[in-house]
Amino acid sequence: MDAYLVLHDGAVFPGRLVGAPGEAVGEVVFNTGMTGYQEILSDPSYAGQIVNFTYPMIGNYGVNDDDFESARLQPAAVVVREACDSPSNWRSTKTIDQLLKERGMVGVQGIDTRAVTKRIRSGGAVMGMVTTQPEQALQRLRATKDYGEHDFVYTVSTDKAYSWGIDGKDEMGATDVEYAATIAVLDCGLKYNILRRFAALRIRSLVFPAGTSAEEILSHNPSGILLSPGPGDPARLGPVVETVKSLLGTRPMFGICLGNQLLCQAVGGKTFKLKFGHRGSNHPVKDLEDGTVTITSQNHGYAVDPESLTGTTAHVTQLNLNDGTVEGIAVTGADASSIQYHPEAAPGPWDSRKHFVRFVDKITQG
Amino acid sequence: MRTILVIGSGPIIIGQAAEFDYAGTQACKSLREEGYRVVLVNSNPATIMTDEETADAVYIEPLTVEFLERVIIREKPYGLLPTLGGQTGLNLASQLDQAGIIEKYGIKLLGTQLEAIRKAEDRELFRALMREIREPVPESWIVESDADLEAILDVVPYPCIIRPAYTLGGTGGGIANNRNELWETGRKGLKLSMRSQLMVERSLLGWKEVEYEVMRDSKGNCITVCNMENLDPMGVHTGDSIVVAPSQTLSDIEYHMLRTASLKIINALKIEGGCNVQLAVNPDSFDYYIIEVNPRVSRSSALASKATGYPIARVAAKIAVGKTLDEIENAVTRTTKACFEPALDYCVVKIPRWPFDKFGTGDRRLSTQMKATGEVMAIDRTFEAALLKAVRGLEVKSKDLRHVAFAPDNCTDDALKVAISQPTDERLWALAEALRRGWSLDEVHRHSRVDRWFLRKILGIVVVTEALRQAANGRRRDEEVKADILRAAALGVPVRTIRELLGPVADSYGDLFVEAETQNVYKMVDTCAGEFESATPYYYSARESEDDQALISANS
Repeated sequence: MDAYLVLHDGAVFPGRLVGAPGEAVGEVVFNTGMTGYQEILSDPSYAGQIVNFTYPMIGNYGVNDDDFESARLQPAAVVVREACDSPSNWRSTKTIDQLLKERGMVGVQGIDTRAVTKRIRSGGAVMGMVTTQPEQALQRLRATKDYGEHDFVYTVSTDKAYSWGIDGKDEMGATDVEYAATIAVLDCGLKYNILRRFAALRIRSLVFPAGTSAEEILSHNPSGILLSPGPGDPARLGPVVETVKSLLGTRPMFGICLGNQLLCQAVGGKTFKLKFGHRGSNHPVKDLEDGTVTITSQNHGYAVDPESLTGTTAHVTQLNLNDGTVEGIAVTGADASSIQYHPEAAPGPWDSRKHFVRFVDKITQG
Repeated sequence: MRTILVIGSGPIIIGQAAEFDYAGTQACKSLREEGYRVVLVNSNPATIMTDEETADAVYIEPLTVEFLERVIIREKPYGLLPTLGGQTGLNLASQLDQAGIIEKYGIKLLGTQLEAIRKAEDRELFRALMREIREPVPESWIVESDADLEAILDVVPYPCIIRPAYTLGGTGGGIANNRNELWETGRKGLKLSMRSQLMVERSLLGWKEVEYEVMRDSKGNCITVCNMENLDPMGVHTGDSIVVAPSQTLSDIEYHMLRTASLKIINALKIEGGCNVQLAVNPDSFDYYIIEVNPRVSRSSALASKATGYPIARVAAKIAVGKTLDEIENAVTRTTKACFEPALDYCVVKIPRWPFDKFGTGDRRLSTQMKATGEVMAIDRTFEAALLKAVRGLEVKSKDLRHVAFAPDNCTDDALKVAISQPTDERLWALAEALRRGWSLDEVHRHSRVDRWFLRKILGIVVVTEALRQAANGRRRDEEVKADILRAAALGVPVRTIRELLGPVADSYGDLFVEAETQNVYKMVDTCAGEFESATPYYYSARESEDDQALISANS
């Protein structure tokens, strides 16, 4: 079946269907990772986006039961050069096409994804549509709301609180397992691997919906607070920022990705939209304290405005080596810090796992 | 101006070829960019590095301690860079060190230090270091008596390899699949071994072979330039293997598990420059073993450089004189730094080139000693297209996946079974023939241990080319032929080949060929999958919709 990628500027890329027939609108972004499509497809930070994979052969090692980062497929649609129909890997249980069909996601293959990428690179992230119905697609696309006008966080956040320990997800409440500490996680679009990393360090995570009040969270007496990644324009998250403000200083706090932007706003700083964002597994980040550079996994379209931190209690701790954007901040006097990249990897390099260890050391020894 | 002495790689021999000339030339230019005076010693004048403009002074002299000392006396170099001339350069640097010459003339050894090189190359030191950092190396047991042998019967994993010590050509060795076989073969081996000693080793035959090209600077910043997966599983020297970059059958967790191990190793070795790590990966679990580490610019790094656009030797030379990865410019984009990891938006296939057409009586079987004298590398958007391009680049008689030696009239099924089980320079064609004869993927996999992903891709090419052949005989309907042509073109079969396969039938489909030809474009190798604008004109051809080159000429 024919399928199309239609861009807001009128460009049309014809291809063939992969996944379920249908139509989906989203912000078209590209990811340059050469592995990790299963993690990307289940990462809530891609909600509302159409992911264009720059690596041309997607699905080579299939889809397995273990590498999902949330319970759902999260992007609006996918765009690939070639979807592999005969994957090979010992854990593979299905093809990417089967996965998309099962979960009702539309995708298009046979696209010159490098051409799409270059278009986004020069023109910036753009709204687009993947559809099997090309007639009047552009009109329908132009009638939809822009990515920045959606509140995605509340749709991807958990409905009710749950806990995650060494045996995975379980119910809130008492546990027989002895943990080194319990932390509260504010779920704005959490990836499972953050919880898995904590569990590996014998930390129990209590995961709360994004709309939970500071009082409710503190009533569980966590040793530390984690601000999760998540989708959408962070400037729309006023109520969540207020929660973070109330929590700031009460417990050691660590933020990842959107968590970095929430912490920035909690101290009075501002964020802005990047031209096309950072999405991939190869982004170099320089630590301003010791001068070392770490290769990181990234997925964000907004960044902290360093100017806006002037006069606040926060300062920049890390910078992106490619474009100089803010990759980490720390708050003086509140035991709170955050990073813009993904120490949990999944997908991507494991080089910044040390951040979990540091945070856990802080809450268990401090 | 400080002088740096660079040792070249000497003659081109089997197993060590022109890649070191490529690396050495890059390094010399890179050092001169940094303001050093470069003195080059090489015994081989038939190289690019000995061209006048590469170095400031070139000595074409024997690569011996004696001659090098004379050059040192005359040039009084501040530093010596030995890690770019392959094994020859490394060995000479060790000899100069042992002879006390490095110390006597106060020369600074640049790049990875000799101690680190020893640790990587000495079998026992290396195993000790791997144990220290808890990276797995294949288990092995030394057996010197029947009692020793009996003691390990229930300990070793089966199948295992038995290697008697001090026997000619490994006589008396072999593979044991169970304790009975180990007992029988082991006792025979003990008798045959002059010193009554044998080594029993875990067998990794059939495991995936994967390599990582990694770099580290003096501050400890580490990056992976690229990883590569061998189409030929463990058992064939990587220089004799068909190699694909990046890996195709590793999931993200597997890719990064092996990447993390590789970086841990170069950190433990304190490499300053480039390094190659070879790993064996169990195709049915997360198990892996470290097979080998090359603490220098190697054949694989030359391949990785060309495959990614990342100039490993150039960057390694700058690291050797104290620069850090975040200070060095990415010479391809010119807008980013060398401290990043290339993202490929294409597939690279390397096929070795063997000299058996010149040495007709040579033993074509491939194993752990490299026999290739060269290699071809092809880049395209898909594996199939890159593979076919590489086959055409080999300049052997076969321009596609058909080989006259394996045609049904010349090769029985039994002979074919041997040809896919026993690796030779012609196995790729044997695999294709087996699939052409309708053998199942599982059967071909069982005999060859080649991953089903590669076999499935080869099958795709075989199926479409066979369909075109059927069409030539008038056995396909018109719309089927049209679909076959488009499918073949999409897989990267050249229009010329499609026409040849179709014969006179091709004339009825002229319009389709015109259409296919318009899709021939050139894509850029830019190290970043299109994320940043790039300046270096390094292109590959592909069948796609947008031409990078046309845009460049339109812009300029």
